[in-house]
Amino acid sequence: MLLSELTGLTRGGRHGWGSYDTVQNRLRQMQEELQRLFSPAAERPAREYPAVNVWTNEEEILVTSELPGVNSEDLDISVAGRTLTLKGSRKADEAQEDECCHRRECRYGNFARAIDLPYEVDGAKVSAKFAKGILTITLPRTEADKPKKITISSN
Amino acid sequence: MADTLEKKEAEMTEGVERTRAARVYTPAVDIIVKDKEVLVTADMPGVDDKSIDITLEKNVLTIYGKVDVGVPEKYRATYVEYGVGDYSRSFTLSEEVDRQRIEATVKNGVLKLILPMAEAAKTKKIEVKAA
Repeated sequence: MLLSELTGLTRGGRHGWGSYDTVQNRLRQMQEELQRLFSPAAERPAREYPAVNVWTNEEEILVTSELPGVNSEDLDISVAGRTLTLKGSRKADEAQEDECCHRRECRYGNFARAIDLPYEVDGAKVSAKFAKGILTITLPRTEADKPKKITISSN
Repeated sequence: MADTLEKKEAEMTEGVERTRAARVYTPAVDIIVKDKEVLVTADMPGVDDKSIDITLEKNVLTIYGKVDVGVPEKYRATYVEYGVGDYSRSFTLSEEVDRQRIEATVKNGVLKLILPMAEAAKTKKIEVKAA
């Protein structure tokens, strides 16, 4: 479908040449779709901090994130419908006067990120674990949303 | 900012091959030089005190963190934004560091190394004599 849209655009179609932006967006979308088609979980670098990995099966979703140096009490996790929100902060050590910084590559400060989940989850049953700087959240699917097996009755 | 979000894979030293199949990343570090010590902070999520290896050979200090690359069973990867693998980074120490008193602690996936300055190396004031 996308392909026909694109050919429609390049041929001029009814509206003449589509704007460059539209064509470019479409191309990007197609590329992403193709990528998804051939490798369902190709590694795509995060555009926002923190980076997350999402694992799913029919029953639940597993979200993992690397949050080095964050204390579990400084983490705030909430779920609303199909959106998971991760908030938190990492405190930097107080800088003293007599020191000088040679390298600063680690990330400090506040962060917040909303993650779209593939399906609706039961907020009351969500559990989270934080160990060795890695956060693991388990989000069970709502009963209503689980796929139902339909038995065929034979007369 | 965008490029700093991605974990950097460690570069292979020429002629050296790895025996473990895991990927190796370069941990982000902070190096703070204080009056009497040098403080090195390295972000190594997934590493604890048992899976970290610190070696000092001549003047090269190497930190190596082994990470369990277990993929959760019975799940399908939906988005993968970061890779999981070991961490490795080496630093060249200057003569002033007191090798006997190097301290290391790991908490929440962050390694902190304290490299104390040797007594003799602490700032010496050199008097300039008028000729």
